[in-house]
Amino acid sequence: MAARTRYAPDRGLTVRMTATMFLLGLVFVAFIAAIIGIGTAYNASDAAIVLFAVVLGGGFAIGSLFYSDKIALRTAGAREVTPQEAPELHGIVDRLCALADMPKPRVAIAHSNMPNAFATGRSADHAVLCVTDDLMRRLTPEELEGVIAHEMSHVAHKDVQVMTAASFLAIIAALLIRFAFYGELFGGGRGRGNNQNAALVMIALMAVSIVVYAVSFVLIRLLSRYRELSADRSGALLTGQPSALKSALVKVSGQMSRIPTNDLRTAQPMNAFFFAPAMHLAPKGSLAAIFSTHPSLERRLAELDKVQQQLNSRAG
Amino acid sequence: MGFLDTLLGRTKPVQPKLDDLFALPSAAVTLDAGAGFKPTGSGSVCFRPVEGRSFSDVQKDVQELLDVSSGKEGGLPVEVTKDSYGFNWLVSSRMSDELDALVTDLHAVNSSLVDNGFGPQLLCTLVAFKDDQERRLALVYLFKRGTFYPFAPLSGERRDNALELQVKGVIGDDLKFEPDLTRWFPVWGAPGL
Repeated sequence: MAARTRYAPDRGLTVRMTATMFLLGLVFVAFIAAIIGIGTAYNASDAAIVLFAVVLGGGFAIGSLFYSDKIALRTAGAREVTPQEAPELHGIVDRLCALADMPKPRVAIAHSNMPNAFATGRSADHAVLCVTDDLMRRLTPEELEGVIAHEMSHVAHKDVQVMTAASFLAIIAALLIRFAFYGELFGGGRGRGNNQNAALVMIALMAVSIVVYAVSFVLIRLLSRYRELSADRSGALLTGQPSALKSALVKVSGQMSRIPTNDLRTAQPMNAFFFAPAMHLAPKGSLAAIFSTHPSLERRLAELDKVQQQLNSRAG
Repeated sequence: MGFLDTLLGRTKPVQPKLDDLFALPSAAVTLDAGAGFKPTGSGSVCFRPVEGRSFSDVQKDVQELLDVSSGKEGGLPVEVTKDSYGFNWLVSSRMSDELDALVTDLHAVNSSLVDNGFGPQLLCTLVAFKDDQERRLALVYLFKRGTFYPFAPLSGERRDNALELQVKGVIGDDLKFEPDLTRWFPVWGAPGL
């Protein structure tokens, strides 16, 4: 007998995420085509610059993926804790792992005045989950569990890998902008006959790179917001308590919009993997909402309402 | 999880594996012969409650069902407790020689949750054992992996790893044991232990 399920995937979210990734792929293809076009139309030696950018960007992406756990822990000033040091936290993680049939991530605590949490690592086996001590102080055990389930969903969805792959393009574009800019500055001394052509190539390369960077930046942010919603959803389905996650979100973002004592710039690089962004919440429809890594609180609460109805449905 | 699921950021809830639970009574005989541990007659099912009426109705039905069946045989009613992690435990207490009936009780809880679509909420089942020196031992069944592991609590949130490994040596062939030691997670203060 096939047991009825209360855990159907959210079709709307799936469609929107697919569309976003399709657009990212499209930008990628267009970028490659433009570079090849520019390269063949003028001097082939400029292809070396592009190749160099791809190799450097690829190395950078793979390196940051491979060391993501160490980098993140170092940036957040977090320390790994043993079950003896933080029994409640480990207890929550233990149970959620058993419930979700996942390998247990390493658990770390960061000393911070902001209530927050993140999970990172190149694979589920190398994942590390970090919460700030302030988060543990402010939230009830149920709310904390909701937040941890959200973070573990990020691990299960391989969000670090996906976002790194998505950012790869933006990294290369950013590198090319820089190379083209310096190439333009110092390219005059190359002593070739086609100086004017070379300058044109550089300007074209720079223009294409800037457009690609801008477009992929917006798309990456959009993708990040969808993945946050997915993690909210999977986390709430895992614990069966969407309202605990909702109340945690309200608590955390309410505290966030009050004056924190930490310098915001110190929290900036970690934003993409935080549970709630450390910056103020963007109002709906504004320009800030397009550039935000996390969806608005209202949006997240509305999506969790859907999960609540789904879990409580009688017909299944 | 498939490639598409990763790309789309969704997780399929893991359905529990129930059938391996019935291997327990025969393993209990081996455990008694090999290590001197006898079942205490109590066992429990641990699950994550879902908020809302649907789930509490199902839970109430299960409880009534078990009360009726154990009441007929003169047993104690089942007990529901909530632990500090927000998980619910349904504890069934039988006589120490009624392990078969206990396993049937536990299975009834599992199957009614699964039939009502709440299978992914099941965490573990625990059956308690004791030896002559009053050492406590639990065999914990992980629903999601379909495997068993031993849990021997000592006072003050310490566990008797030597005993646990000894138990694995005794009944490791009778039951499907959890090979990954990092998944032998402790259940401190579990009801019925």
